[in-house]
Amino acid sequence: MVDNEQALTAAEAPRARTPVRWYILVFLAPATLIYTVFAIYPIVESLRLSLFQPETGERVFVGLANYARLIGEPYWAEQFWNAFKNNVLLFLMHMLIQNPIALALAAMLSVPTLKGAATYRTIFFLPTLLSVVVVGFIWQLILSPLWGITPAFMNFLGVGSFFKPWLGLESSALVTVTLISIWQYVGIPMMLFYAALLNVPEETIEAARIDGLSGWAIFWKVKLPLILPTLGLVGILTYIGNFTASFDLIYSIQGGLAGPDGSTEVMGTFLFRTFFGFQSQLGDIYMGATVASVLFFIILVGVGTYLFGVQRRLQRYN
Amino acid sequence: MLVKERLSSAGMHAVLLAYTALALFPLALIIINSLKSKRAIFGSPLALPTGESFSAEGYASVLTNSDFPLYFGNSLVVTGVSLALILLFGAMAAHALSEYRFPGDAFIGIYLIVGIMVPIRLGTVALLELIVDMGLANTLTALILVYTAQGLPIAIFIFTEFLRSVSREIKDSARIDGLSEYRIFLEVVVPLVRPVIATVAVFSMIPIWNDLWFPLILSPGEETRTVTLGVQQFIGQYTVNWGAVLAALSVAIVPVIVKYMVFSKQLIRGITAGAVKG
Repeated sequence: MVDNEQALTAAEAPRARTPVRWYILVFLAPATLIYTVFAIYPIVESLRLSLFQPETGERVFVGLANYARLIGEPYWAEQFWNAFKNNVLLFLMHMLIQNPIALALAAMLSVPTLKGAATYRTIFFLPTLLSVVVVGFIWQLILSPLWGITPAFMNFLGVGSFFKPWLGLESSALVTVTLISIWQYVGIPMMLFYAALLNVPEETIEAARIDGLSGWAIFWKVKLPLILPTLGLVGILTYIGNFTASFDLIYSIQGGLAGPDGSTEVMGTFLFRTFFGFQSQLGDIYMGATVASVLFFIILVGVGTYLFGVQRRLQRYN
Repeated sequence: MLVKERLSSAGMHAVLLAYTALALFPLALIIINSLKSKRAIFGSPLALPTGESFSAEGYASVLTNSDFPLYFGNSLVVTGVSLALILLFGAMAAHALSEYRFPGDAFIGIYLIVGIMVPIRLGTVALLELIVDMGLANTLTALILVYTAQGLPIAIFIFTEFLRSVSREIKDSARIDGLSEYRIFLEVVVPLVRPVIATVAVFSMIPIWNDLWFPLILSPGEETRTVTLGVQQFIGQYTVNWGAVLAALSVAIVPVIVKYMVFSKQLIRGITAGAVKG
């Protein structure tokens, strides 16, 4: 800091000639440095590592051989495609269940005559703030056949015979985990939709009403087209979250093996085991870097589609 | 018409109340049962604790048998220091980007916010190597540096958007008064950005406090565990002791609920304002 201070006065003396504005560097340096070293460098270095393999203690460049193994060798390919398929399903379920619920809640909350909107809004957002570990365990307890809360509740409703240990069954585990994730995170898209709906100009709605449109028609024909950019934003956020952050919930509820029998495996749990090792499986830095790189390209495709496809079309639409 | 409107309003309240129950019921269930004896937890899980079934045993075993205070301290240090660095460095960079024109400014502006779209987790493999090489494995410093790097892009984005909308006049008049650029930042810009600090803080804080991935990989050691990792490990060990597990969960939930009730107005205003901008 002191050095820079001196440099500044030295630089400012011959003001007539182009002075070196050191203060710009001072303002930018800390953020740029930390961000480059701990965010950008590791991502680039991981991409690079995916092109190497260890041989007799040294790193040897192997080109795309690791990628070929990932989709070619049955041991890797089976896990990879399973994780990828589950991740796509997870994303689609969030898009088809979470985001419509969020939109419906936001639409109701944004009705100007509704009483208590602020209270509802506050409560619906609460689960979002809790740690995934806590949320995962709460639902594990509630759905556990041991405690018996859910069977008792279902008996009360007269549908007790339908109870199953959903988290433990291969056929229902992924759907159940998805519903838990939706329970926790529905508040985020809800808030984004809500903010966008509040932003729809009152005159536009009034004009539609004068034209004789009903409440439903106003929502579908006037408000929804106006908040399309937010739909796009929610879409890409859901996409990124599902492919990277879903690890936390699944690891908390189903463990590192993403059981039962890999039925809740996602790219995150696959990456974790590949890179870090789990139980008897040894960690593999290079294959881990390869899985991370594939994930990087998946995200890139999503963000690219959003920026160049969805957003541009939306802008033209507007 | 009026009857129809009243009906639709009643219908909406019915749906919203049902969702309220769905959102709150699981939390209430955990907190209520954490205050009961083991027999009552299983015998009548839906009942409130009475004089007979009341028991704080679970809390006692959480607070005596474990290192929760330590984990709590770790989480506070990591979240607090990361947040302070994100706010300071983020505001400094945003100030430079919004105030000065210099060669490469557009590139640096984009470079610094790319991280919003590309999660830092994708670099975990190389990040762990780097942290080990630097001798920072199993330290809180490692987490602080990583979370600062992770939080900077969104902070810089929000601060820059905000500062661009602020009039230049105040800064220019300070300049005429002969203030150095550093003093302009400290005495003019910092007070100016105060309204968006809450927004940035919330956006940065929640993911740091709740993160499981980096504590698990970078600092899983007994001494450096965060609350999130600590709860995860604790629950894994004590699945038989239901009272303790429920108490541990409540210990993790209640502070968040209390904090949320205090700050919810600012937080929601921040989110909606941020969303409108984006």
